[in-house]
Amino acid sequence: MPLNIRTYRDLTEADRSGLVDQIVAQRRRVADRLATVRRVLAVLSGKGGVGKSFVTAGLARALVRGGRATGVLDADFNGPTIPSLLDLPVARSTFHDDAIEPAMSPEGVRCFSMALLLEDGRPLAFRGPETEGHVWRETLEAAALREFLADVAWGTLDQLLVDLPPGVQRFQELTELLAVPPAVLAVTIPTAESRDAVRRALHGAVERKARLLGVVENMVGGPFTGSAADELAAEFGIPVLARIPWHPTPDVWDAIALSVRSTS
Amino acid sequence: MKFLCVECDRQMQFEERQLPGDGTLAAAFRCPACGRTVALLTNPMETQLVASLGVKIGGTTIEPQPMETVRGMVTTGRDDAFDDGKGETGTGKSPRPAWSPEAQERLARVPNFVRGMVKRIYLDYAKERGIAEITPAIMDTARTELGLEEM
Repeated sequence: MPLNIRTYRDLTEADRSGLVDQIVAQRRRVADRLATVRRVLAVLSGKGGVGKSFVTAGLARALVRGGRATGVLDADFNGPTIPSLLDLPVARSTFHDDAIEPAMSPEGVRCFSMALLLEDGRPLAFRGPETEGHVWRETLEAAALREFLADVAWGTLDQLLVDLPPGVQRFQELTELLAVPPAVLAVTIPTAESRDAVRRALHGAVERKARLLGVVENMVGGPFTGSAADELAAEFGIPVLARIPWHPTPDVWDAIALSVRSTS
Repeated sequence: MKFLCVECDRQMQFEERQLPGDGTLAAAFRCPACGRTVALLTNPMETQLVASLGVKIGGTTIEPQPMETVRGMVTTGRDDAFDDGKGETGTGKSPRPAWSPEAQERLARVPNFVRGMVKRIYLDYAKERGIAEITPAIMDTARTELGLEEM
């Protein structure tokens, strides 16, 4: 005779652990912190080595030059490069009330990155059981993303650019943490291989109901040939916001910033 | 995660948490009707998964510190990553608790990357409870009550 056991959802009494409440409080903290951020913009490609961070940093600088308050959250925890690209010296992070002050680039871009926290040359490593680290490591990185959003005093921003690592997992984590999906700026190089990887990432973004702002084609005019940006633009019905040559001048970045501003 | 006393058909309530310090966790739950207690024992992997979510079985009484999960879990952080000076007084209105020499010695063994945060957590805990001096025993109690693994 089987026991007549009520199910999880049948049990509704409050419990001191309140694990669900703790998760809700975490999300509320993210929402409260970002209440003064007009737009979160995810810079995504799905492909490594196409210059996402390079584009993110150049765009952020140009947006600030154009008078837009801009922050960059470096979400590539295992290969963080944004501070270096923004000419940010590694310095101690300071506290202000219940949050950590973002670093400020010479031009005025606010930034937070794992590169500001890690020992020079050391990989991101977590405390935990030595075996089966893959089971919990991604969860910890998602927690780090949450804390970078919620615990940095971003202040009032026109946009917070989130520089994503290759793949789509961090984008999915970001989407789950935000009240509304972030706007997406796709970065590709001209090749068919890049096009295919970015296409997967963009389909992932569409499935998450993110607004696609457009595609930026990087490393144009060099050894990489193809028409990835045009093909992606046609497939997803989005504009090619810029084609960045190998040695872009400030006016190239200013033009991209203008295009991005026009999408807000 | 919930526990049901099948005999009484009542949801069991969290009673106590223990962190033996070997990466495992014990949480006791009691039936409000018959008083029967059961203990949930998690292995290091399960404990880690809960910690990775930034939540604490049994809840916590103090506000989370900024970057609490990152600071508590990253082992390759720079010693001088954070300037904790401004936050060392903790929160609350009661006088700042003192540190016994033994507690100071124990705190000194905590890596710099996380030490400032750990210090603030213990100060907040002591101030909330009107504790005048923080000793290793107080640190142990706080660690268990607040669910601070390895701090």
